Amino acid sequence: MQQDMAVDPDKSRLTEQIDENLKRVYERLLKEEVPDRFKQLLAQLKEKERRE
Amino acid sequence: MTGTARRAAPRAARVDPGAEPRDEITAYLSPLRAFAISLTGNTAMADDLVQETIVKAWINIEKFQVGTNMQAWLFTILRNTFYSDRRKHRREVPDPDGVHAAALFELPVHDDKLAFREFQRAFLHLSPEHREVLILIGASGFSTEQTAEMLGVAVGTVKSRTSRARKRLADLMGLATGEPPVGRAPPGAISRPGLTVA
Repeated sequence: MQQDMAVDPDKSRLTEQIDENLKRVYERLLKEEVPDRFKQLLAQLKEKERRE
Repeated sequence: MTGTARRAAPRAARVDPGAEPRDEITAYLSPLRAFAISLTGNTAMADDLVQETIVKAWINIEKFQVGTNMQAWLFTILRNTFYSDRRKHRREVPDPDGVHAAALFELPVHDDKLAFREFQRAFLHLSPEHREVLILIGASGFSTEQTAEMLGVAVGTVKSRTSRARKRLADLMGLATGEPPVGRAPPGAISRPGLTVA
């Protein structure tokens, strides 16, 4: 158990920094407005289903 | 409770017995698009990919097991579509050096610090396979096991791929990944033979 924790401190700090930046990239992407076309597409699919 | 060691699953599926699984798709449009942009590095391609994913998910909804993670299911469809499209169009898109990569700079860059821009640039120079594991594990909070299932590979493969991806990213940014620089004396020990040797 303890063995697993014995990671090179610099390495894990770098990993942490990388992940922090990855989260920033991803969160920024999540905040982007989703184009209407997707909701329209879902509505169309639903409407088509309803008629069939 | 499994305690804090366990990472929260991304958007845990709400179990709503009355709900049509298809109606849940709407809730995942934003993460789908974020994942698609991460894979393609290009919003136009990403949007086409999301569109294709929605249609496939709609048609194949009976393959979704209610109670399992819908985001993981949708992400799997999206990445499988991405890789199969990529195989099909390989000759049409002779872009090994990432011309597409430039497109992620469509992202708003207002308050950006240089370091973060450097990071984005490095990220875009990774292969989609590397971007994929980093986003899934490093950013969107999927476990190694979930990621392995989504990618259809062994857990060990995900682990080694993730660590190679991190190392590559660090290399691209000119950062050390923990190994001391080989064959270089520590800064204090540098002598200047060139100045004295005749």
